[in-house]
Amino acid sequence: MSNQNRRSFLKASALSGGGFMLGISFLSNYEAVGKKVVANLPLDFNELNGFVKITADNIIKIMSPNPEGGQGVKTSMPMIVAEELDVDFSKIVIEQADLDTKHFTRQFIGGSQAIHQGWKPLRVAGATAREMLRLAAAKTWNVPLEEISTESGVLYHKKSGKSANYGEMATAAAQIPVPKDVKLKEVKDFKIIGKSKRNVDLEKIVTGKPLFGIDTRTDGMLIAMIVHPPAMGLKFKAVNAANALKMKGIKAVFPIKIFNDDYEKTFFDTNQFNEVVAVVGNSTWEVMQAKKALKIDWQEAETLAEKRNINSRKMTQNIPSGLENSADHTAKFAEMMAKPGNVRRKDGDVEAAFKNAAKVIERTYNAPFLVHNCMEPMNFFAHVTEEKAELLGPLQKPEFTEQALSARLSMPLEKIDIKMTRLGGGFGRRSYAHWMIEAALISQKVKAPVKLIYTREDDMTAGICRPSYSAKYRAALDANNNLIGFHVKAGGMPQSPLSPNRFPAGTIDNYLAEDFTIDTNITVGSYRAPHSNFMAAVEQSFLDEVAESAGKDPIAFRLELLKRAKENPVGKNNDYQPDRFAKVLELVKEKSNWENTKGSKKLGFSAYFCHDSYAAHVLDLEIKDGSPQINKVWCAIDCGIVVNPIAAKNMAEGGIVDAVGASMFAKMSFTKGVPESNNFHNYRMIRHNEAPKAIEIHFVESSEDPTGMGEPAYPPVYAALANALYKATGKRLYNQPFGENI
Amino acid sequence: MAKYNLKINGKTRAVDVDPSTPILWVLRDHLNMPGTKFGCGMAMCGACTVHLDGNAVRSCSMPVSAVGKMAITTIEGLSENAAHPVQKAWLEHDVAQCGYCQGGQIMSAAALLKSNPNPTDEDIDAAMSGNICRCGTYLRIKEAIKTAAKN
Repeated sequence: MSNQNRRSFLKASALSGGGFMLGISFLSNYEAVGKKVVANLPLDFNELNGFVKITADNIIKIMSPNPEGGQGVKTSMPMIVAEELDVDFSKIVIEQADLDTKHFTRQFIGGSQAIHQGWKPLRVAGATAREMLRLAAAKTWNVPLEEISTESGVLYHKKSGKSANYGEMATAAAQIPVPKDVKLKEVKDFKIIGKSKRNVDLEKIVTGKPLFGIDTRTDGMLIAMIVHPPAMGLKFKAVNAANALKMKGIKAVFPIKIFNDDYEKTFFDTNQFNEVVAVVGNSTWEVMQAKKALKIDWQEAETLAEKRNINSRKMTQNIPSGLENSADHTAKFAEMMAKPGNVRRKDGDVEAAFKNAAKVIERTYNAPFLVHNCMEPMNFFAHVTEEKAELLGPLQKPEFTEQALSARLSMPLEKIDIKMTRLGGGFGRRSYAHWMIEAALISQKVKAPVKLIYTREDDMTAGICRPSYSAKYRAALDANNNLIGFHVKAGGMPQSPLSPNRFPAGTIDNYLAEDFTIDTNITVGSYRAPHSNFMAAVEQSFLDEVAESAGKDPIAFRLELLKRAKENPVGKNNDYQPDRFAKVLELVKEKSNWENTKGSKKLGFSAYFCHDSYAAHVLDLEIKDGSPQINKVWCAIDCGIVVNPIAAKNMAEGGIVDAVGASMFAKMSFTKGVPESNNFHNYRMIRHNEAPKAIEIHFVESSEDPTGMGEPAYPPVYAALANALYKATGKRLYNQPFGENI
Repeated sequence: MAKYNLKINGKTRAVDVDPSTPILWVLRDHLNMPGTKFGCGMAMCGACTVHLDGNAVRSCSMPVSAVGKMAITTIEGLSENAAHPVQKAWLEHDVAQCGYCQGGQIMSAAALLKSNPNPTDEDIDAAMSGNICRCGTYLRIKEAIKTAAKN
């Protein structure tokens, strides 16, 4: 950026109380969504609340509170505010908010909850600001409040013919006490919500403007990288940096300890390699070369009983010592599967049902560890001095990571400033921002601003994997092919994937759900639709086989179960609504022309409920030159009101493509603790030619509050694919990735 | 260290770097042009795609010493104000999710259309399969390339 711009920006920030000290302009967007507005810097915003800021010149800025990682919240969250504020969406300016716990709650992304949980607060923020503007106009014009109307950012008093744009009333409105219980719009009156709006950052994306954390650059900034242990179960012992330090551009090499030994971790703090070697230099390429010149001794880590404090619930996680092998994991799962698990739900008399069954079907399914592979490798900018810590970069849970950093630096939260860049993918991985702490510690040590970058190899082999899972299902059918008993036992390393009250719980009189966990030192974390990504895959594959065994159509079979759940549910804690669930089955059945084509095409069906939304897929494939070619996927989703249809469709399409790739190819295995894949040559990602040829997304029309959209389309894909592959090949698939087993 | 005068986006830029430095890092670290992205460092993902005399190459795996007199075009230099037909088509189809890989996708697509103005689906698959998108926007990319081909 030019010096002139930079000065103007800093001045603007100081005036608006932004406290922005880094001089990095790209986080701030002084262009309107549609047409560019020429912002006369410095801008003096009247703050109506944390979300809505308006200058006297009528520049209307809406803050987007949550990090943007491709799920479209930087567009959809401001759309919700703008709807209630009653402004022209193409004329507003949208800005990514900093971490600001004073003005915002739940400023994180995960669990597909940003819109679901943001829905009310975002609407209230917009409506409250509009009400303050109306109150200001009523007072200024000395007329009753009821007579003030608004339309697209203009206040009207129709009787007297008076009007004013929001900017003209903004200064007065900012002085008005914040009204309570403002009225929200009726769904039928929405003008912005439900109408497709293009990704507000898209023009910057297609022109290569800096948007991502890895694009950060400041004067005097050094580049840092880390070297972590080459195997899970190893830890740092000593480093000899003599050769590296002789290399050009290399400033320093030193070990850093991410958490102190006595630190009580919370949910998103990882037990990832706690001590790594930092290499700091002038440029990325120089640092990359220096890493290779280091001589580092590693040693086996001890068994650890790690203390955690999760929402005041204290727990201990056992992390075993040793160098683990994937082959041993498989054996461990089989061993645990033979033992009784923890009973999580039991309805009726399961033992009797299986004893009296005419037919029993039993199948066991396995899935490997996976890694996230966000396209933007992990990175963060940090500038830590004795007075303050300035952090900037991509992360999903800034509030939690700030607390961890505060403890590590012994620095109060007020002195820590976290700014959020666009995420080059998150998928859960960026919830565990140990690299932000690493960047801060490196900056503190070298007394300079630092950008930490992971190489792809560092990123892929650092752990925080999707857990490895196994599940055994049993179904009991009577002589009339009624499902009279159902038993699931599911386990994970080291987390259980089971949600015992989900479908088909509530549809079967005799139902047993058990789970178990296996300790491991392979570190894990949330991965797009955590646990559901496995449970949907295996449950929906199994139900397909049960339906076939019962001689029933797979969709009709599930609809029969859902009818039971609606009319005469078993148990009280069933966490899905059978009628909403049935609707997506009906919709995808209709749109895919299931009844007329199921005889001729190789169709696979699957449906799942998670993240408060319902999704059902029909997948059509054929085997071409020995490989599956997916001709089409039909998808029906009920996620309540669809805020931004073009983006919601993008999420669903992407979820389907991503899940096809993961179920066909993805696997991270370990030999003596060493991850066997470390880059895209040996960890296979889906590519253009392997994607479905066509995808059709259909939303259930709804006036219910919006629910999750980033994840729900993902989990059912695995089973739709497995079930279609069975139709095409005659072979049922029990182990992921399917590509190894076709 | 060695001095190079590189032709980048129609301008000559002088750099003094180690000859082994990949074009990617010359652009990002030495010339403050971060539009070209780092994804894998081994030419497996395409995030770093630039044009060398109009051909798509992976800048992470090509040392600056190999550039010679060839002209480099990056995503920043593809057009003024997103005016290239491929960029316009990306806007029309609202292609991106996270957006990180899209600069590389666009550079691969622009090179494809230059050599093959009316690609078939198979041509698109063949030309684009070196570019990974973890968000899974492949179908929109294909539609956008077809739209750009029409224009």
